[in-house]
Amino acid sequence: MVAPPVGFSDDPSNDIPIRPADNPTVGDRIFRVICVASASVALVIIAATAIFLLNKSRPALAKTGVWHFFTASVWNAAVGDFGVLGLVIGTITIATIALIVAVPLAVGMALFVNEYAPPRIGRTLTAVIDLLAAVPSLIFGMWGYFAFKNHLIPVSRWISDHLVAIPFFRLSNATGKPDFTGSSMIAGLVVGMMIVPIITSVSRDVMARVPREQCEGALALGGSRWAMIRDVILPYGKSGVVGATMLGFGRALGETVAVALVLQNISYQANPHIVQHGAGSIAANIFLRFGEASPLELSALVASGVALMALTFTVGFAARRVVARTTRFS
Amino acid sequence: MSFDQFEREVATQDPSLEDWNGLPPIVAAEPDSWSSGLIAREIAKVPVPSTQPMPGTSLGSGSPATLAATDVSAWFGSRKVLQRCSLRMEARQVTALIGPSGCGKSTFLRILNRMHEVIRVAKVAGSVELDGVDIYGRELSVTQVRMRIGMVFQKPNPFPAMSIRENVLAGLKLSGTKSTDRDALVEECLTRAGLWTEVKDRLNEGGMSLSGGQQQRLCIARSLAVRPRVLLMDEPCSALDPISTRVVEETIQQIADDITIVIVTHNMQQAQRVSHQCAFFLVEEQGVPGRIVEAGATDHLFNQPSDERTLAYVTGRFG
Amino acid sequence: MTSADISSGEVLTDEASGAVPTMLRGPATARKGPRRRRRVHSVTSEVVADIQDSDDDDSPRSVGRTTSAVVVEYTLATLTAVNLVVALRMLLDWGGLLSFVVLFLVSFICFHYALVRQSSTKELAADRMTTTLIWVIGALVVASLMWIFGFVALKGVKQLRPGFLVRDMRTAGPNTPGGGVLHSMVGSFEQVGIAAAFAIPVSILTAVYLHELEGRMARAIRFIVEGLAGLPSIVAGLLIFSIWPRYAGIHAAEALAILMIPTVTRTSEEILRTVPDSLREAALALGAPQWRVVTRVVLPTAKSGLLTASILGIARAIGETAPVLLTAFDSKFMNKNPLKEPQSSLPTFAYGNIRTQSVLQNDRAWAAALLLLLFVLVLFTMARWIGARGAKRLGRN
Repeated sequence: MVAPPVGFSDDPSNDIPIRPADNPTVGDRIFRVICVASASVALVIIAATAIFLLNKSRPALAKTGVWHFFTASVWNAAVGDFGVLGLVIGTITIATIALIVAVPLAVGMALFVNEYAPPRIGRTLTAVIDLLAAVPSLIFGMWGYFAFKNHLIPVSRWISDHLVAIPFFRLSNATGKPDFTGSSMIAGLVVGMMIVPIITSVSRDVMARVPREQCEGALALGGSRWAMIRDVILPYGKSGVVGATMLGFGRALGETVAVALVLQNISYQANPHIVQHGAGSIAANIFLRFGEASPLELSALVASGVALMALTFTVGFAARRVVARTTRFS
Repeated sequence: MSFDQFEREVATQDPSLEDWNGLPPIVAAEPDSWSSGLIAREIAKVPVPSTQPMPGTSLGSGSPATLAATDVSAWFGSRKVLQRCSLRMEARQVTALIGPSGCGKSTFLRILNRMHEVIRVAKVAGSVELDGVDIYGRELSVTQVRMRIGMVFQKPNPFPAMSIRENVLAGLKLSGTKSTDRDALVEECLTRAGLWTEVKDRLNEGGMSLSGGQQQRLCIARSLAVRPRVLLMDEPCSALDPISTRVVEETIQQIADDITIVIVTHNMQQAQRVSHQCAFFLVEEQGVPGRIVEAGATDHLFNQPSDERTLAYVTGRFG
Repeated sequence: MTSADISSGEVLTDEASGAVPTMLRGPATARKGPRRRRRVHSVTSEVVADIQDSDDDDSPRSVGRTTSAVVVEYTLATLTAVNLVVALRMLLDWGGLLSFVVLFLVSFICFHYALVRQSSTKELAADRMTTTLIWVIGALVVASLMWIFGFVALKGVKQLRPGFLVRDMRTAGPNTPGGGVLHSMVGSFEQVGIAAAFAIPVSILTAVYLHELEGRMARAIRFIVEGLAGLPSIVAGLLIFSIWPRYAGIHAAEALAILMIPTVTRTSEEILRTVPDSLREAALALGAPQWRVVTRVVLPTAKSGLLTASILGIARAIGETAPVLLTAFDSKFMNKNPLKEPQSSLPTFAYGNIRTQSVLQNDRAWAAALLLLLFVLVLFTMARWIGARGAKRLGRN
């Protein structure tokens, strides 16, 4: 049947998709190869991480046993006995304290910059916050150790005096003058100050994307500014804030120099007394022990690094899940 | 108006159309030779002797070509959006594709220069021949097809990182074509697009500094610079004000002598003003692919269409 | 305003609003429900009056300025809070500026809430309370930021002299003055430079692969890149040391590159996403092969954004301490060869000197930290400037 040349035909025969001839130019082929090669770098990195770190951590894990390594709280390089549970708990404690301080400050700051501050000041502050997010953690650590710590010690003392009812704030039963330096709380606060700009920067960005009409709609209904924030901006920015928080948590878990400077030395036991001396974190431990480590201890440090990486990856992907879920419904 | 209603209404008006849903409506052979079915078919079969196109090499090398689409169907994923459409777009003519939104006009247009396949899930069936050469075949590469068959988009899209002059020459740069006299080419293309007098003193300013109408004419000039033999225009005036629209229409009429033009438009008056021939696309009911209901000379289609639905559309009863 | 100042007791008293600190005037610029509505009512009658008897006075009237009631509320709350805090301080016997500020703020917010709650709705009271709270948070954060910057600047400026920038630590010791950070700056530039020269092209091309080519591995690569973005920096150092257990600048560069690639890739992909598809289509429709679409249209359009992303990546890398110490260690001497021997860098110099008990060494560390901060500041300003220029150009889109 000859199809009519004009109009359409209902003849079902031959109506199958064709495969358009595609002969990419030489340039396109070369370009594609270059891009694929570049993209493969990420694959190489992840593969190298898996192979080399696991390989390097084998001696220590073989000596102590995997179970022991992850459930004991001990670090004795002389006899080769290692266990990172205390360090893992210490890491999480510090990061959690950092989050408890940083999130309210960061969310408040994001709202301040976007909604409350006069526009010019808001713009300037946005730039300053973004800049601070790029300030090296070393500087936060130095400031924390030399300036911030001295002001926190009286606070720690006051807390341990007056908030005895809360178990975390109690002092341990050790005799002697209590030492408030190098505590989880100070380390947590310094790291918290460090992640405030990071969380602020990301959440501010998300909150600024709330369609202006929605805000004005809320105001036009007679809502106060707080009602507008509560009913429009916060629900809209929720996933962004959660994502930013998780980003900050990841940073806090992996933070090295700032924690190492503030703690000075590492406690391998989990210490529930957060205002008192004696805290530890995996990253700081690697950093402080690395220089003088024997091959076996080095292997143990690498193994603890793998544990830290597992921790941050878990947090990272949990954050992705949370963000994906919350954005789906909003 | 829903299609059910429409269908009923048409049916009551003309009993002879009662069974149109089952059979393809026979499109009357137009007096005009271009759409006269069998003749057109014969022409399409015989390769039209044409000068081998060498776009962009020297002035005036591109000549208008006939574009013949045969049994073109299109899919997005598993959804079929076009059903075996055939249309001949004769050289030196302006063809307008009209029809309500979502009936596949733009898809059809994009199939004509292989822009359809840019979308990942898009599929196409049938053939499109440019002076007898299958553009989906091996003779021409995708880039060669697109150089010969240019396209102007709904929203003006000059390249923001380039100056006005660079925008006009972008096609040459992007296709790696050498050109000897670039200044003359810039002037010629901008003149033909009706923009030269407005921008000749600021050729090195950014393309985004122009107004919307000027931007669209810049995009036309940019398409002309690669010497296409066919120019496809996808609602080129829908984002423009009436004055810019008139200028663009004048431009279309001026370049129509050298370039075959196919234009998608929602504006009936515009179709009447600029086109020599028209094709009316329609989705007959929800979920059914779009088809060409009727095609023919513009005068004929607007004044005495053979199909009731065409009449209903061109007189503004739906759409 | 002639007839204006007027009509009702609750309208603006300029003296009163002048007396209120700017910080507290903030809430009054709010769009607040009931109050404003009442005022609008009074405006209507004024305007009518204006039209009737005066046409020479056409100055804009200020809307939503502080009313006397608001001032009274703030003053009362402040006074009560001060009293309470003074009393509490006597009772609790806890000195210090910090405690005073904290107690004052807490009691101020409570009293203020109670006061507002008496005369108006819960909604309005909550609005006032959060306004105060957010201003306090803003002030707190800004103050701590200034503290950090000021502290580093103050401490660092002591040693940051021209000589400090052109010498290394060959002759200087913990107690012998002189010495400088030249060797560390050279080290930092070499390490970061090598890292950037490798990581930035790779990152941008990866982003092109992910967004422009959408290759078969795109999903897997994107997943990996997001995972790598969470890699703790010290693990990157450990990884490189596990592969090459010796110190050299090049290894520090490798560790920094590992840290740069995921961040720069992710931002670059975001930026490529902002390039409108219509430009790609326009280029394709002109007969461009894909590689020219990318190199001639997409990348030039996204140029400033990509540059910003790269500079921010560099700014982050330059301050990394842990991975650099693990891979290039530190050195007292100039080592221009990044391929072998330990190499100093600004962060490791600062860290090494801050860990000692020597005051002189500590001052050197602060100077290096200040220098680092200045580099970050310069890079950041550069990034913003370029970004703003690019936004302006695309903004006319």
